Amino acid sequence: MCLGIPGEIIELLPGQTDLATVDVVGVRRAIHIGLLGEEGVRPGDWVLVHVGFAMSKIDEAEAAATLALLTGLGAAYTDELDALAESDIT
Amino acid sequence: MRFIDEYRDAGKARRLAAQIRELCEPGRQYTFMEVCGGHTHTIYKHGLEDYLPEAVTLVHGPGCPVCVIPMGRVDDAIAIARQPGVIMTSFGDMMRVPGGQGSFLDAKAAGADIRMVYSPLDALKIARTNPDRTVVFMAIGFETTAPSTAMTVLRAAAEGLANFFVFCNHVTIIPAIKAILDSPDQRLDGFIGPGHVSTVIGCRPYEFIASGYGKPLVCAGFEPLDVLQSVHMLLRQLAEGRAEVENQYTRVVPWEGNRKALEVISQVMEVRPYFEWRGLGFISQSALRMREAYAAHDAERLFEVPGVRVADPKACQCGEVLKGVLKPWECKVFGTACTPETPIGTCMVSSEGACAAYYNFGRFTRQRIKETSTT
Repeated sequence: MCLGIPGEIIELLPGQTDLATVDVVGVRRAIHIGLLGEEGVRPGDWVLVHVGFAMSKIDEAEAAATLALLTGLGAAYTDELDALAESDIT
Repeated sequence: MRFIDEYRDAGKARRLAAQIRELCEPGRQYTFMEVCGGHTHTIYKHGLEDYLPEAVTLVHGPGCPVCVIPMGRVDDAIAIARQPGVIMTSFGDMMRVPGGQGSFLDAKAAGADIRMVYSPLDALKIARTNPDRTVVFMAIGFETTAPSTAMTVLRAAAEGLANFFVFCNHVTIIPAIKAILDSPDQRLDGFIGPGHVSTVIGCRPYEFIASGYGKPLVCAGFEPLDVLQSVHMLLRQLAEGRAEVENQYTRVVPWEGNRKALEVISQVMEVRPYFEWRGLGFISQSALRMREAYAAHDAERLFEVPGVRVADPKACQCGEVLKGVLKPWECKVFGTACTPETPIGTCMVSSEGACAAYYNFGRFTRQRIKETSTT
C-alpha cells in the first residue's frame, strides 16, 4: 500500500476527468492523475503510483531503479502488482 | 541496467561506509531512527547494518500505517462490516490485522462481506455498481494515502453516490515523531525522514525537530545507497555541530511537498483532537476525520461505532518496537508465537512492519554477508 510503483503514462482517458492509462511492467490500468497539480502529465511521462493515484512525476532512471528495488522485495511487491492488475476504476 | 547500478554499486557503498566511519567521533555511539517502514525493508533486505560501523545503530520508527492501527479500531470496522447490507472494503494489508475479536479475514469467513481493494477508487466503483448496498472503505495510512481517500470522497460527492462511506483512520506523521521525541526513553541522535510521506508534506514540517529538539533529519530515498548517504549526511551535520532538515531524495521530494494533495486533504478532512495508536497510546492531534461538509460520506456518522478500546496482548511488544526501544528480535514472542502467518502484533502483519521485514530478510543477512565476503 505504501509502495510507490512506477508507471509510464500511455494515454489520458478521453471523456474521463483526471484518469489516465499507465503501464506498470506490462500491466495496463487506469489511474487518477488529479493530485499532480498544475504540472499535469503527458504520454511517455513516468509517475509514482500509490493506491491508484499518481503522486509524483519521476524520471525514467528513477523509475528503473525503483522497479529493481521493488522486484527485490518479492511477495510484498507481487501482491501489490496483483492487486493493481485486478483494479478497475473506470 | 545502468540506472540501477548507480544506486547499487557495491564499491560506492564501501567508499561511503568508509567515509561514515571517518565521521564517527571515537567513543561516541549514534542512534538514528528510520521513520518509514520502506526504509526498514531496504535496510534488512540489503543488510545495510553490516556496512555501518558498530558506533551507528539504526532503529525503526512508527511509519508503517498498518502497524499503528489499534485493535479497537479493527473491532469497530468489523462491527460496521456486520451491519446488514454493508460491503466493507480495505487494502490487502488490513485483512490479517488482528483486532480483539479476530481479523477481517475471520469476519469474512463468518459471513461478513469484506473485499480487498487496491485503490479507494475501486471501492467507489463497487458502490456505483451496487446501489442497493452500503459500501464502506476503511481508509488507513499516512499523508501518502490520505489525499487519495480525500479525492475519492470528492468524486463520490460530485457523482452523488449516496451509498459510499469512508471509515477514516488516516494518521499524520509529525505528531508521532513528536511523541517519540517527547518519550522519556528515547535517545536518538537524528532521523532518516520518510521519503514518500515527504513527497506530500515536503520538508518544512520537520523543521521543529531541528530547531526545537536540536536533532538533524534527512529525507531519504529507498535505494541502499540513498540510506547510506543519508546516514553520512546526518553524521556530517553532527560532526559540524549542525542540526538541520536536509533532503537527500531531491529527485522525488520537492521541498514544498505536493500542494494540490495537501489542499485536497484539508478540503475533506480535519484534525482529530486525539487518536489511539497501537502500542503508542493516545496522541493528540495525530489523525484525520471527515469534515462536517462531507458528513454524507462519513461512516462514523452513519453507524454507531462502538469505539471499543482493546489492550494489546500482554506478550506483544509492538509499542516498544514502534518507538525504536526494542529491536524486532528482542520481543519475547518474535518468530515463535508471532510469525507473519499467525501474527500477534501488527508489526508482523504488514510487509513494511519492522518485525515482518526482519523475519523475512534480516535473519539471512549475516549469512549472506559471510558468503559474499568469502567469494
